[in-house]
Amino acid sequence: MTGHGAIAVPAAAPPGSSTPAWRLLGTLTLAGAFAGALIALVYQMTLPSIERYAGAKISGAVREVLGSPVRLDTLYLVGDKLTRTSPGAGARNVSRAFVGFDEKGARTGVAVEAAEPGFADLVLLMVGFNPDTRAVTGFVVLGQKETPGLGDKIKRDSSFVSQFRGKVAPLKGAKSETADASTVRTITGATISSRAVIQIINNAVALWQPRVAAFDAGEGQ
Amino acid sequence: MTAPTTTVSTEAFVPGAPPAAPLWSDMARGIARENPVFVQMLGLCPAMAVSNMLTNGLAMGIATTFVLTASSFMISILRRYIATEVRITAYVLTIATFVTVADLILAATFPVISEALGPFVPLIVVNCLILGRAEAFASKVRPVRALADALGMGAGFTLALSTLSTIRELLGSGSLFGFNVLGPAFEPWVVMVMPAGGFLTLGLVLLLMGWYGTLKAQRAKAAAA
Repeated sequence: MTGHGAIAVPAAAPPGSSTPAWRLLGTLTLAGAFAGALIALVYQMTLPSIERYAGAKISGAVREVLGSPVRLDTLYLVGDKLTRTSPGAGARNVSRAFVGFDEKGARTGVAVEAAEPGFADLVLLMVGFNPDTRAVTGFVVLGQKETPGLGDKIKRDSSFVSQFRGKVAPLKGAKSETADASTVRTITGATISSRAVIQIINNAVALWQPRVAAFDAGEGQ
Repeated sequence: MTAPTTTVSTEAFVPGAPPAAPLWSDMARGIARENPVFVQMLGLCPAMAVSNMLTNGLAMGIATTFVLTASSFMISILRRYIATEVRITAYVLTIATFVTVADLILAATFPVISEALGPFVPLIVVNCLILGRAEAFASKVRPVRALADALGMGAGFTLALSTLSTIRELLGSGSLFGFNVLGPAFEPWVVMVMPAGGFLTLGLVLLLMGWYGTLKAQRAKAAAA
């Protein structure tokens, strides 16, 4: 087998002496079991920090859009109704609304997560608004894959982000600055991404404002 | 490359085994002379995808080096127990395991970088550099040589990604590691952070390297004459 010039030929087994099937099966089963065990171990070890980060990201965003509330309530959406009681750890991906209160106990706003397609992929926002006045209290981009340098300005351009505070939904976009209470300036070169943000906020307010109002009516009784 | 039959080795003969070489040369080879990206043209997909920011390029390089080193070492240890018929399956299984481990550790320790790299960390599994080194090198040599080779190739990959991402971040965002270095007067070349910028940068770097290589060969010829 060691003829001259034997370069880079894979180690082929001589004919008639191939490995028995049970050995192949055994090797792969054993390797798979070890691989699975290793992944399970690392998963267990890293899960707490990964969950802690995800939780910190959400609560940080809630605090930012509601202007550092003194107290926060979490409401859960069960069916089409908001309730104070968590549907339990078994229910995953339950929509939540975070209600912020200032030191006098007055409600400062409601924060909800909302996502819609932007230019590249889904844009995920934490939207804060006052359910009584429909005024936006702010938004934070939680996830986006917009064009770097253009569309991602919806996250990085602080003058774009800060102008939403106080504007009353439903919002409209304009190319230039206006004094209108519902008009925001879109970013040059990122019109579609800017419009996506406006659209997400409008839809979030339109969807959640009646839910919060219904919850208020229920609590009042 | 010389044929393996011309070398004297204390190792048992493995068909297609790489010629015996000192450890430092196993390691140095991957950094410049056989650089995975610039010379072997392997792993170009991640090299294009994540080299728009120096932080991302460096993180991707380190993650790939970790996976390459761990899987090469493991495959070299197990080389006598892996049957030829299922070797590729076994390599991919080993590589995929270490990629998952790297992905989880990255998400737990550097969540911001992990988010920026997105799906490209899981995609290290299909980086042909890693499977290539497993098949061509690690499965045919002692673990210590596999380790040296993987570290060298990983360093070369990291170096290549850092070079590309330094150029792209500097021109495309005017910054390095996210810190502005070119000042507010600099108008960023947006194309450099987009996919097209990756192709442009790699093409230009290869052009420069080829040009330098030709120049060097001409000088050597002139000196010999």
